[in-house]
Amino acid sequence: MATAENRTVGRGVLTGALVAIGRVVVSLFVPIVAFVILWAGFIFLRDSNAPQGVIALVAIIWGVGGVAMLFWVADWVVNRTPLTVAKKLQPFVFVGPALAILAWYLLLPTLRSLYLSFFDAQSKNFVGLANYLFAFTDSKMLESFLNNLMWIVLGTGGAVGFGLLVALLADRVKMEKVFKSLIFMPMAISFVGAGVIWRFVYAYKPAGEDQIGLLNAIVTFFGGEPQAWFTLQPWNNVFLIVILVWLQTGYAMVIISAALKGVPASIIEAGRIDGASEVRIIRSIVIPYIASTLVTVSTTIIIISLKIFDIVFTMTNGNFGTEVIASMQYKQMFRFYHYGRGSAIAIVLVLAVIPVMWYNLKQFSKREGF
Amino acid sequence: MKGKKRSGKWNLVVNLILLALVIVWSIPILGLFISSIRPQDNVLNTGWWTVFGENGGFTLDNYKQVLGGSQYTFVDSAGNTVRASGDNLTRAFVNSFTVTIPSVIIPILIAAAAAFGFAWMLFPGRKLFFTIVVALLVVPLQIALIPILRDYQTLGLTGSYLGIWLAHTGFGLPLGIYLLYNYISTIPRDVFESAFLDGARPMVVFARLVLPLSVPAIASLAIFQFLWVWNDLLVALVFLGGTNDVAVLTQRLANMIGSRGQDWHLLTAGAFVVMIVPLAVFFALQRYFVQGLMAGSVKG
Repeated sequence: MATAENRTVGRGVLTGALVAIGRVVVSLFVPIVAFVILWAGFIFLRDSNAPQGVIALVAIIWGVGGVAMLFWVADWVVNRTPLTVAKKLQPFVFVGPALAILAWYLLLPTLRSLYLSFFDAQSKNFVGLANYLFAFTDSKMLESFLNNLMWIVLGTGGAVGFGLLVALLADRVKMEKVFKSLIFMPMAISFVGAGVIWRFVYAYKPAGEDQIGLLNAIVTFFGGEPQAWFTLQPWNNVFLIVILVWLQTGYAMVIISAALKGVPASIIEAGRIDGASEVRIIRSIVIPYIASTLVTVSTTIIIISLKIFDIVFTMTNGNFGTEVIASMQYKQMFRFYHYGRGSAIAIVLVLAVIPVMWYNLKQFSKREGF
Repeated sequence: MKGKKRSGKWNLVVNLILLALVIVWSIPILGLFISSIRPQDNVLNTGWWTVFGENGGFTLDNYKQVLGGSQYTFVDSAGNTVRASGDNLTRAFVNSFTVTIPSVIIPILIAAAAAFGFAWMLFPGRKLFFTIVVALLVVPLQIALIPILRDYQTLGLTGSYLGIWLAHTGFGLPLGIYLLYNYISTIPRDVFESAFLDGARPMVVFARLVLPLSVPAIASLAIFQFLWVWNDLLVALVFLGGTNDVAVLTQRLANMIGSRGQDWHLLTAGAFVVMIVPLAVFFALQRYFVQGLMAGSVKG
């Protein structure tokens, strides 16, 4: 009797356990299948020699479908857990992937670069602050600090200045859209493409020959000597910065222009009635009104100037005294394979943007809802 | 400042100043384009502005050569058939698309989900995590090059498309989340409430309501990310490596500057090939692009 009873109880526990195990197996089965499919795609993409078109197509389906599937599977699994647990896990289905990728690609690299910056070229021996000593005393590094400063002052000043000028003027004419569109157009062009465009403008041929570069043609037209602009220190930096101004003025113009549309007409009318001149109105009413926009635009272009790489890399490769911080970092890493110095220079770049980061956070915490 | 487009003497001056600026801004591109369709000898010996005078004549040979494969033949000005090695930018063109399309779609999906989570869900650490996202907006991507390259070497991802998609995803996420958060957080609460009352799961609400409602913001982010990825050189140089099999347009153009620095007829045609897609996207979708710029003007 006792054994029979035990058996039924046992069976009850057994079925219960089986059902539970079954549920767990099913719950695990779907993610595992999903994982296997993704892994197979990963291996195919990593090792396949299929024609380019096929790879591109598989890649697009795998990448996009895979991401969608990951979200769906994660959601499915979370919904099989008890309700209270599911409620807690649910938000992480949405923000989890983004947080994981950000941690891998930006947050941890900052810490890892900081760590590597205290080691030698092969990251084997601890060298203390030697790499930072290099970063702040090497003559090429000092040159790049000065050049970057020039990029920040002239590049930002030029782009914001011209952007403001165009925005103010275009606001007063009928063909506003056409003018703005054409000034804005270089925004779509890569730094490398812009590099070719401007190399051509600056092209040099010895005196006496027909100049094919626009700038030298103008110079010789007025009786001047043709110049090899890129070797003309320190002015060659200015010639490179002109490219940034050409590219970024459109950006500054668009943002400033939008801010101008927000200046209430009544204030300006009041100024007019008081007899203020147009220049006076712009200086004392309009500019103060859009001051915060000007700060935002300047900040963005300062950051771009600070990290400037492609223009210098393709135009002069940092020769003739045009080195900048980012090109120094690239050279240390990929030409000299000095990971310690490369990392230290990257950390210097991060230190330089900390004030901007702090300002951004302050602005954001002022906003409601968070 | 609306509705006072006045006429008169000042108006003429303003128009003239603007016209001068626009000409200065457009002339470099015009010169590039004209040179790219001039015969080699003319490009190398006379200024492009002389096409308006005695040195007329246009050709598509430059484009044939930069787009063509390794064995390209053409007839030179003296009438001889010349064999030259082309630059095979066609391959790089396909590569650029292979890199760009997933690098645009993947980060947008992930960023949209995260933005929805941050905007409409409560969870521990929400504020802290979002603060980190905002802080990462300005972190220079240079910081990630060495550590991520090491991971890729361990995982065998260097020189693979997968590696560069993930890299562009990682670097594009802070701006993506920030832009989409700004938009998704302004969707009226009522829209969600009725759906939740009907017992819809958050994933369903996200897929059926949030994504369709966010199309304008997603469009601006897509254009932004597209231009950024297509025009990028540094990330491609580091993670894709230098082989011509996978090299994208910007890399090939940078190589051409190095190896063919004085062949202006080819450089100008090559540069135009690199520019044509972003310019088309830009002019077709300028409105969305401007909206995107407005919504997130500080990016690292």
